[in-house]
Amino acid sequence: MRKTDQTGSTNTARGAAPDGITRRDFFGMVWKGLGILAAIEVSGMMIAYFFSGKSNHILKTKQLIEAGPVDSFTPGTVTAFMGGRFYLARQKDGGFIALSLRCTHLGCSITWEEDKHRFICPCHSSAFDMSGEVLNPPAARALNYYPVLIENGLVKVDAGALRERKISGKEQFTYAQ
Amino acid sequence: MRNIFLHLHPVSINESALRFNRTFGLGGMAALLIVIQIATGILLRFYYIPSPAAAYDSILFIKNQVLFGQFVRNIHYWSGVFLLIIAFLHFLRVFFTGAYRDFRKINWLFGLILMVLIVFSNFTGYLLPWDQLAYWAITVSSNILSYLPLIGDSLRTTIVGGKELNAGTLQTFFTFHTALLPAFMIVLVLYHFWRVRKAGGIILPETREKAGMVSVVPNLIFKEFIVALSLIALLLLFAALFNAPLLDKANPSYSMNPTKAPWYFAGVQELLMHFHPLFAAFIIPLSVVVFLAWIPFLQFNEPPNGRWFISEKGKHSAKVTLLFAVGVTLSGILVNEYLFNFELLLPGIPALVSNGILPMLIVIMLIAAYYALYLKKFSLTKAELVQVAFVFIVGSFIVLTIIGIFFRGRDMELTL
Repeated sequence: MRKTDQTGSTNTARGAAPDGITRRDFFGMVWKGLGILAAIEVSGMMIAYFFSGKSNHILKTKQLIEAGPVDSFTPGTVTAFMGGRFYLARQKDGGFIALSLRCTHLGCSITWEEDKHRFICPCHSSAFDMSGEVLNPPAARALNYYPVLIENGLVKVDAGALRERKISGKEQFTYAQ
Repeated sequence: MRNIFLHLHPVSINESALRFNRTFGLGGMAALLIVIQIATGILLRFYYIPSPAAAYDSILFIKNQVLFGQFVRNIHYWSGVFLLIIAFLHFLRVFFTGAYRDFRKINWLFGLILMVLIVFSNFTGYLLPWDQLAYWAITVSSNILSYLPLIGDSLRTTIVGGKELNAGTLQTFFTFHTALLPAFMIVLVLYHFWRVRKAGGIILPETREKAGMVSVVPNLIFKEFIVALSLIALLLLFAALFNAPLLDKANPSYSMNPTKAPWYFAGVQELLMHFHPLFAAFIIPLSVVVFLAWIPFLQFNEPPNGRWFISEKGKHSAKVTLLFAVGVTLSGILVNEYLFNFELLLPGIPALVSNGILPMLIVIMLIAAYYALYLKKFSLTKAELVQVAFVFIVGSFIVLTIIGIFFRGRDMELTL
């Protein structure tokens, strides 16, 4: 039976390990380490739980919306498709682009002004032209757009594949053959 | 019966701690409002449905079909407004009486954390009615997040759960609002109170500490009841007279004009009208938060004396700085709105410089000039200087918030 010395410790000089750590301290550290590991695992589980459901809310499948026959859209006009959240704009040279409703400044929904021939945002008065290019700050980027496909003379918009861009360019328009 | 109060309260306190204008009972009021929020929130939860298809109609149901439904909703709404204002006033009182120093340091930090929790509770609750006001305010506020460098976009997408607000967003906000945040708040409020006890109670000027001790029951309890009942009466009056807002059902294709962030973010929104988003949404707010968290850890020359505004010099310099802050902020807003719009004047230079670094430098120069030409003459102590800096920040923030709430109208034009 170990004798207890004046300090109440059962750790006599003879019984101490060479590097000064006792069995008691060693097991204490092991338990603490296991406890920390367990805490990390549980937090990891909770974080994985939270985040995995979030990304699955974002749809990855193609969402083709049929807009109509190519010839039903006069060049130089804009047609609203509120269900798909875009404006289908046919440029003067015949190219199609499906512009997202959302202003690139803070996300408000823009409206098309026919008389001024431009898009205007009700929140901070950003303005965009028919190709989505910025006319007036505070917006700093051209409007986002959805890819347009033309199949068998029908204009189709993939409303699930939003694309971002800095400025408007011809490569973003789709032309009928 | 009296023992029930002695869980959180000490048995006796210094007589001078009873005086109302020591603390105005603000901390206690805030705690009471949190309890009221939880109670009314639970009542609302019996009828509210957290899904975009049903949320709005469930609110209409509460309004029209549930006895006292409108009243309960109004109490919940006004209690939320009061809570933010009272928590802010409590924060000001704690600062101006110097109750953030030495052994009250940690409690100051936890108080800041509580403030953040309160703001988030209000923010998550704001979305729940899913009306036009809720939908667009939260759309705009969450889009401000994407201006944070590096993490902004992914942070925003994670919180919103997609490109735009959807059912997942509503569910997440509902869970935060009714489960996570109240749980954290209850724990932190209790800890916050415990720390006040540990620090020996509210801060008192040394001269008063000579006064005797009185027993808490009934002296302090009596006063607390008066304050609590008066606050409840005022809250019920507001709830009876003024309805919580409810606009049309949310329409993602049609933005409101104007679309404003919730009123407590109106200051940041106003700042966004004048500075590049990186400055207005990130650099400036972050610097303010870092400053506030750091204040207790500065080295001060003397211990806190518990007096309001520290001294006569402190009081005077604070008053002048408040006027300075109001003047600089107002003139800055007016100049930027009607005279110099840097972004338009200097189109060749990137907006980050013309609308960010440049106006920032002007403001810093004005502050430096104010210090060198005027403040230096006072030979203020470090604590008084910190107070002056604090007053400047709070003063300009209040001006920005007032302008953002009351003076921005259609198309976010300044309406005077």
